[in-house]
Amino acid sequence: MIIDMTELQAINSFSRLESLKGVYDHIWLLVPIFTPVLGITIGILVIVWLERKISAGVQQRIGLEYAGPLGILQALADGTKLLFKEDLLPSRGDIFLFSLRPSIAVISILLSYSVIPFGYRLVLADLSLGVFLWISIASIAPIGLLMSGYGSNNKYSFLGGLRAAAQSISYEIPLTPCVLSISLRAIRFAVFVISSLAECERLPFDLPEAEEELVAGSQTEYSGIKFGLFYVASYLNLLVSSLFVTVLYLGGWNLSLPYIFLPHFEINEVGGVFGMKIGIFITLAKAYLFLFISITTRWTLPRMRMDQLLNLGWKFLLPISLGNLLLTTSFQLFSL
Amino acid sequence: MTVSATRKDLMIVNMGPHHPSMHGVLRLIITLDCDDVIDCEPILGYLHRGMEKIAENRTIIQYLPYVTRWDYLATMFTEAITVNGPEQLGNIQVPKRARYIRVIMLELSRIASHLLWLGPFMADIGAQTPFFYIFRERDLINDLFEAATGMRMMHNYFRIGGVAVDLPHGWIDKCLDFCDYFLTGVAEYQKLITRNPIFLERVEGVGVVGGEEAINWGLSGPMLRASGIQWDLRKVDHYECYDEFDWDAQWQKEGDSLARYLVRIGEMTESIKIIQQALEGIPGGPYENLEARRFDKARDSDWNDFDYRFISKKTSPSFELSKQELYVRVEAPKGELGVFLIGDHSAFPWRWKIRPPGFINLQILPQLVKRMKLADIMTILGSIDIIMGEVDR
Repeated sequence: MIIDMTELQAINSFSRLESLKGVYDHIWLLVPIFTPVLGITIGILVIVWLERKISAGVQQRIGLEYAGPLGILQALADGTKLLFKEDLLPSRGDIFLFSLRPSIAVISILLSYSVIPFGYRLVLADLSLGVFLWISIASIAPIGLLMSGYGSNNKYSFLGGLRAAAQSISYEIPLTPCVLSISLRAIRFAVFVISSLAECERLPFDLPEAEEELVAGSQTEYSGIKFGLFYVASYLNLLVSSLFVTVLYLGGWNLSLPYIFLPHFEINEVGGVFGMKIGIFITLAKAYLFLFISITTRWTLPRMRMDQLLNLGWKFLLPISLGNLLLTTSFQLFSL
Repeated sequence: MTVSATRKDLMIVNMGPHHPSMHGVLRLIITLDCDDVIDCEPILGYLHRGMEKIAENRTIIQYLPYVTRWDYLATMFTEAITVNGPEQLGNIQVPKRARYIRVIMLELSRIASHLLWLGPFMADIGAQTPFFYIFRERDLINDLFEAATGMRMMHNYFRIGGVAVDLPHGWIDKCLDFCDYFLTGVAEYQKLITRNPIFLERVEGVGVVGGEEAINWGLSGPMLRASGIQWDLRKVDHYECYDEFDWDAQWQKEGDSLARYLVRIGEMTESIKIIQQALEGIPGGPYENLEARRFDKARDSDWNDFDYRFISKKTSPSFELSKQELYVRVEAPKGELGVFLIGDHSAFPWRWKIRPPGFINLQILPQLVKRMKLADIMTILGSIDIIMGEVDR
């Protein structure tokens, strides 16, 4: 009997070890998933801090001060507060659509991070689609906005949702030819920057949530962490579009300063990893430089009116980007 | 009057009283056809406190601390009109130094009011940053007020026959420093705002009021002057001592929101001009006149006799309003601020009818916003410059 028991125990311990190994494998699988998510989250916190600190600088205030050194932890504190707040639901709204919206907003934008190259061949998912995945995923956003506008049972939300849908449709169209065409880099860059600002619904174009008109647009009825998720989504969107601007127009991971050469590394593992790190660093530095511009823009300019915004999109940006595309294709034809 | 719509199912949106850009507790019921405004019905009264009725059982001195709650951003003007009424009713002479101090305070208050118009107006259009810049300057004005009166906003400084206290030592130099500094501030606003293309697109041709229309609606102040009518009560009525200074009434002829913006910005620099001249030329002498002239009762009482009437800074039962009526008005930053006053041989006014400029100017809002976009409501409402405290009273 005793022998049997020990044998059993031995077998049991074996199987436990086996299961432990399985768990370990699973955890190991989660690491590459959570590393970028963690990185992106930290990026968001940094952007929130930057936005508040830069806006404070623009407005001659002190800004964040108390939560952590220089108020770095303020965004975390705000997030924690929002987590503990009551989750209010509109009494006669469509609760399903209402609750689905924040997750759609965040997840759809998180997905587009997977196609951003941070360095040479350093992409999470090397799809052949590339930037078009971002554009197509960005088209999900208006559906979400319409959902929350409809589901909130609130007229401000409804108007905000409609505005957002109209806005993102009319700015995605000039965005796509900008990505396609190669000629006239400066014009393309300008059009892309304007369209991406409009896509992010940042201040000269923040009509869907224009506080003075629509209270908070489609976010009016949201509270607690659902409301917080909208902020997360908007900053995610800002980061992703500035990363795309960096990759598409500002040279990505190449150091764009002349006469400064990075030490060339041997193709060994250590050198490769170091070069990769420098690439990521340069990409991020450029992206944050661009973020600085868009943040200062937000705190400097007044807001446009809806009809002016649509006019700018359809009558100015679209012809320019289409003409640009035409030029590119004709160059291609002649060069053939 | 409603505008014909393209379809039947219009959206009715209730804006306010708790809406970020309703300047307090204004409520608008707006009928929308997509983004176009078909109809707009303002609903008032959420801040009604019965101020006119309260005035009927207070002496003027008792009532003075309360009047700064009419237009709580241009507080000196409400005090000025409250003391001007009884002064003119009782024919009380104000010493010259007091007149100068009053002009300085009024013009500082005008700047403060215009500043706190500019910030929210820009915020209504979507630019948040000017709000902080205007508070930078407005705080300095409030500091000056605090030094002279003891309070930053609700001063209780004007008295019948003068002001409560003389200017403290060194105040005039501080005020001159402020004038120099403020001119650079205005230049900064001009640089930031006036030629911004998005700003111009938002305000040019929005909320146009013609000259005749403005007169017919009874508009006053910058609303009227922006429509090409050169009507400034400081020039028209020659009250206080405005005639002794060299300044111009600001006016524009376009009548849109941009014109109103330009008029107000111009008025701020003109006010600085007036203040500088007043500070340079302020005479010595008493800052108050505590003796009231008599009309019917005890006309020939001896000075300091039992029957002699002093005005006094404290509640004085012996200062009574004679049985007459009159309408007094001043050029407040928002327009013509007036009081229709009926005395009844008692210390309390029998009737105290306030003519708030914001209330009269607000009447034109429904007509201005029709056929405009939803976002234009905020621009137009902002350019009218209302304070719900005086609209509802």
